[in-house]
Amino acid sequence: MTDPSSPAPSTAPNESWREWLLTAEPRSRNQARLGRAYVTWRRFSENRLAVTGLLIIVALILVAFFADLLAPHSATVGDLAGARLLPPGSPGFLLGTDDQGRDILSRLLVGSRITLAVVALVAIIAAPVGLLIGTVSGFAGGYVDAVLMRITDIFLAFPKLILALAFVAALGPGIENAVIAIALTSWPPYARLARAETLGVRNSDYIAAVHLMGASPTRIVIRHIMPMCLSSLIVRVTLDMAGIILTAAGLGFLGLGAQPPLPEWGTMIASGRRFILDQWWVATMPGIAILIVSLGFNLLGDGLRDALDPRGAGR
Amino acid sequence: MTPLLTVGNLSVTYPTRTGIIEAVRGVSFELGRERLGIVGESGSGKSQTGRAIMGLTPPPGIVRADALSFSGVDLLAATPSTWRDMRGSRLAMILQDPKFSLNPVMTIGRQITETLRHHENVSKREARHRALEMLEAVQISDPERVFSLYPHEVSGGMGQRAMIAMMLVCGPELLIADEPTSALDVTVQLEVLGILDRLVRDKGMGLIFISHDLRLVSSFCDRVLVMYAGRIVEELATADLGGATHPYTRGLLDCTPKIGESRHPLPVLERRKEWAA
Amino acid sequence: MTIRIENLSVTFDGFHALKSVSIAVDKGESFGLVGESGSGKSTLLRAVAGLAPVSAGTIEVNGEALLGNRRSRAFRRAVQMVFQDPYASLHPRQTVDRQLLEPLAIHGIGDGERRILKALDEVGLGSSFRFRYPHQLSGGQRQRVAIARALIVEPEILLLDEPTSALDASVQAEVLNLLEEVRGRHGLTYVMVSHDLGVVTHMCGRLAVMKSGEVVETLAATDLAGGRMVSDYSRRLMVASKGFSREVAPV
Ligand SMILES: Nc1ncnc2c1ncn2[C@@H]1O[C@H](COP(=O)(O)OP(=O)(O)OP(=O)(O)O)[C@@H](O)[C@H]1O
Ligand SMILES: Nc1ncnc2c1ncn2[C@@H]1O[C@H](COP(=O)(O)OP(=O)(O)OP(=O)(O)O)[C@@H](O)[C@H]1O
Ligand SMILES: [Mg+2]
Ligand SMILES: [Mg+2]
Repeated sequence: MTDPSSPAPSTAPNESWREWLLTAEPRSRNQARLGRAYVTWRRFSENRLAVTGLLIIVALILVAFFADLLAPHSATVGDLAGARLLPPGSPGFLLGTDDQGRDILSRLLVGSRITLAVVALVAIIAAPVGLLIGTVSGFAGGYVDAVLMRITDIFLAFPKLILALAFVAALGPGIENAVIAIALTSWPPYARLARAETLGVRNSDYIAAVHLMGASPTRIVIRHIMPMCLSSLIVRVTLDMAGIILTAAGLGFLGLGAQPPLPEWGTMIASGRRFILDQWWVATMPGIAILIVSLGFNLLGDGLRDALDPRGAGR
Repeated sequence: MTPLLTVGNLSVTYPTRTGIIEAVRGVSFELGRERLGIVGESGSGKSQTGRAIMGLTPPPGIVRADALSFSGVDLLAATPSTWRDMRGSRLAMILQDPKFSLNPVMTIGRQITETLRHHENVSKREARHRALEMLEAVQISDPERVFSLYPHEVSGGMGQRAMIAMMLVCGPELLIADEPTSALDVTVQLEVLGILDRLVRDKGMGLIFISHDLRLVSSFCDRVLVMYAGRIVEELATADLGGATHPYTRGLLDCTPKIGESRHPLPVLERRKEWAA
Repeated sequence: MTIRIENLSVTFDGFHALKSVSIAVDKGESFGLVGESGSGKSTLLRAVAGLAPVSAGTIEVNGEALLGNRRSRAFRRAVQMVFQDPYASLHPRQTVDRQLLEPLAIHGIGDGERRILKALDEVGLGSSFRFRYPHQLSGGQRQRVAIARALIVEPEILLLDEPTSALDASVQAEVLNLLEEVRGRHGLTYVMVSHDLGVVTHMCGRLAVMKSGEVVETLAATDLAGGRMVSDYSRRLMVASKGFSREVAPV
């Protein structure tokens, strides 16, 4: 660190760093920002379950990144002759193999990439769209609000999976289309949420104050209203991640998502269905993977809710 | 006669990362069917005292007391369901900053009728009728209109009176009023005080009146507690206010601008460390 | 004449909050508004600021007639407002620093660092308060931040909506002293709403008494203090401000 205001690493460098971060009188904007981030992190990290959730997600990201190195076998080409439907624990195949003789562990590891991509893409598309529509609708009111909210209601009126099914059916099966379909169906709840938050704050004096200073409506929405909606939105999105994974898996299961031989977890369950009674592991292993990752996102979301809650904000 | 409310050695603390904040430190008093005023500067723990009595201390606050009882009920041991039954009907509190405490997306009328219907088994029409009556009683000149307005559509003083109406509509035995009149003009202020006064005199309600307006408190209450840094530093009968001895109380009396005198700048309080000891 | 309001009416869905109100405020003057709760004092200030639906009448500020709720950039800089409730007028998710920076950013004023420190200093808050959030401040400190935010763009006119009603007596004295001092230093014009006649006569030279959306009387503060008023309502206000007494309490 070259920051001159940082303390000299004296006898107890950890202590003085903490002091520097937690000081009641930060000397620069960056110090204040770091201090705040630190306090939020401390609050988050006190929650064991939340940290577990975070670890699961970090592990997922690492696994996705290094899948090629970690996977002991090919994820798509199996040994049809010598290794069909081996049970878990067979030498060389820790989690067993499927009907094509492919190593399930390798497929799960490589499949994590698809899961992660689906989740990230949906979050990147759906959350900002929902946030924008919700805040604009709530802030503008009148016609704009009525029109945007009717559209939202139409989307909300259908169960998510059914609507996604309809989109995929129209767009054609495939993982890209599944992602688009899921994104298209997940923004309405975010829009509703953002609008509700916006309605609560738009008539407040602090919004009137920035209006009085001459701020444009765009500036008010982006810089003053959106931050108010952000934390509840982030929490909601992480909590929804589990649902998104399951929807993607659902589409895969119905044969409308990822196409074989792509190792998408949902598709893997679908193909294992046929041997569920005799070779239970083929469908169960990807099921457990989905369960763990969903749980991770859920725990993370819960933890974030507590950590980002302004009322608990450290003094 | 047993007192309506007994508070013995009440303390409220907030553990935080940088240490423990002692918001209230060993407050004791008894309240009969009378008007008790609590004054003190901002941050002296007035609201925290009121909230602790109502069981409304927000987490992570910790309430400790040797005794805290309301007409024979031990509030320290009260279960959530006891609280739900008592709060709003037998015990009520008018919170400070009404606009903050009113729900911004629900009309004033709906908020009052829901409070009423939560505690008493009344029909919708009856509830509406009583809500309108209550709004009228707090001197809102156009109750029908205000009934259907949202909190941001009413003036500061109307919001405060709506809050008062909401708390009085069930006829509580003990009312804690946290700065109930700070946004009201003087004539309406007196009308509202008149209502509270009549409730104390005729219905035997106990009233804790939290305020920073010493002049108002001294003309309205029977007794005053002066708080400073979480402690009661002085207890006075309002008649003896002129004889207050604590320098903080004297300073408070001194620094309000009065009609017909010209002091520029106004004297301000020099706070001393030893007052907080 | 800095502010001239003539026959101003404001209507909310058929409800007349202001009925043909006229007032005039000179440059450098401190003008008070007192009156019944709900009589339209805040609405009058908000109308000047362009936050209320004006249905008739004219508002002129610095010789420029204001149309509808549109305000020029220059106006937005010259006229600032301090709101009634310090708990509601600061953004709960922004530090004091961000809130003070915002008006500078909007008006493209440079030199933020120095101006923020100066503004904080001017309202008696040290730089140690700079990176705090509103919930870490007391009511009086919040109101000072609101005042600092109004002063930072060097306005000519301050609209003060009950700037001290949420504050305790000792802090009120500090804020009032601060406002007087700032006015003396920068030659500002104040329009100040308060329901405390003591505060208004302390701060203002002239004042208007309002009731149900109308101005019932405009008079000098010294006349009010001396009991020389014409309307009944002003007299009632005077009596009421003596404090509560069981005898006059309405039954
Ligand atoms: N949630 C909280 N966490 C930590 N400290 C708190 C919390 N709420 C209140 N406090 C502290 O408790 C003290 C007493 O606050 P309280 O609200 O009772 O003051 P008050 O006497 O009502 O002041 P005012 O006149 O401004 O309303 C203050 O110093 C405040 O900072
Ligand atoms: N957005 C709105 N919609 C409908 N009515 C409104 C709105 N804003 C204000 N009013 C009405 O206008 C009237 C005047 O309100 P205003 O806030 O100006 O009163 P005030 O004189 O400031 O009172 P106080 O001293 O209580 O703050 C009130 O009757 C209020 O209900
Ligand atoms: Mg308080
Ligand atoms: Mg007002």
